[in-house]
Amino acid sequence: MLARRIIPCLDCDLAVPQGRVVKGIEFKQIRYAGVPWELATRYYEEGADEIVFLDITASSDRRETMFNVIRATARNVFVPLAVGGGIKSVEDVRSVFKAGADKVTVNTAALKRPEIISEIAEEYGSQACVVAIDAKRRDDPAEDRITVPTQQGASWFEASFYGGREFTGVDAIAWAMKAEALGAGEILLTSMDRDGTYDGFDILLTDAVSKRVRIPVIASGGCGNADHILEVFQKTGASAALAASIFHYGEASVGEVKSHLAERGVHVRI
Amino acid sequence: MTIAVVDYGVGNLFSIYNALDRIGAGPKLAREPEEIAGFDGIVVPGVGSFGRCMRRLTRFEEPLRRALEEGTPVLGICVGMQVLFDGSEESPEEGLGWIRGDVVRLPDSVLVPQMGWNTLSIKREIEILEGISDEDFFYFVHSYHCVPEDRSVLAATTDYGTEIAAAVSRDNLFAVQFHPEKSGEKGLKILENFMRFTRC
Repeated sequence: MLARRIIPCLDCDLAVPQGRVVKGIEFKQIRYAGVPWELATRYYEEGADEIVFLDITASSDRRETMFNVIRATARNVFVPLAVGGGIKSVEDVRSVFKAGADKVTVNTAALKRPEIISEIAEEYGSQACVVAIDAKRRDDPAEDRITVPTQQGASWFEASFYGGREFTGVDAIAWAMKAEALGAGEILLTSMDRDGTYDGFDILLTDAVSKRVRIPVIASGGCGNADHILEVFQKTGASAALAASIFHYGEASVGEVKSHLAERGVHVRI
Repeated sequence: MTIAVVDYGVGNLFSIYNALDRIGAGPKLAREPEEIAGFDGIVVPGVGSFGRCMRRLTRFEEPLRRALEEGTPVLGICVGMQVLFDGSEESPEEGLGWIRGDVVRLPDSVLVPQMGWNTLSIKREIEILEGISDEDFFYFVHSYHCVPEDRSVLAATTDYGTEIAAAVSRDNLFAVQFHPEKSGEKGLKILENFMRFTRC
């Protein structure tokens, strides 16, 4: 039986030579967490099922730093490594793969030009193309929106790009379905409302998307403890849970989270 | 002497290269058909679609066959396993046909691709599975799976909606559907086993 995955996520600021892992709250209030390849190696040794690097600086002059970070990581980490942030073309994908990445995540580029999903899938296979969606809850549903019932009435979710700095007007749930149709192998679904808050995953959002696609969904945003991961696995069809702060700031190790889940009947790799 | 990784222009070879390097297998990327002679062992990776892999692998077919006949251990990984079969539902191209059987799509009852960690059900003790048990997890990423005509080639299966061929072998030909280079320490163990087998 396929195990549910635990994925530590490293948001990388590449303005310094080795890069540094940072983490914000609701995409703001940035805090320093460590050196990317060192943290990745620690998480690998603790039993992480996959590692995600997101270049949150994502400006072209820092690409070389990203390649160095990926190379140093890939030499020490023998689980899949997904890399995202600023990927705009199949050429960009080729260079991060060349440095040792196994998958890429695309967000802004895919919203601006959805065909990039098909182009990556055609060249490297669907499994290599993760579409990252940053979704913000909205309480003003129009007729053409996919809505979910909440205590406040019906909500829809708006996809954001440029690292949460700009909004697209695009329905995030519909966008996930379209991304699947274009060849995405996985959806990395982040709740912007929950990100960095430690309040738990957005169950409604995760459930709404995982019910509508037939590809794996990675739940992201809001993980504050192991029970939050238990909750998202019990209440939604998410295949994986991504977390950052709880691992970076020592609330729990990857191994502790997995033991907690296994003791409560979740099938995880130990 | 060392292990060649066939670099036929598909997907990402750096993960397998890094893993072989880590275990001291001294990997070399072989970009031309004539470059794969004279190695202790050969790894055939594969990522993406069956058809794309087959079209690019064709020019390596003869030297690979020769190496295999001379007794060189060969290890196919993921689509590098699938191309050893007769053909695939994914694309019209013929496979190498070195193992009889077809490659079919995963059942509709499960999420496709199978992406993640699954355990094996070991059917037969083979060299590369030494020290591996049914409790160990391996990283799978695939939408199609191999169905061998002759079940005696099966060394291990995994359960994903149906019984999936996870490892097959025949003499010095080995293949795994999962990615040993991305399966943590147990995956490295499989590569070490392969390396040890190439040197005995």
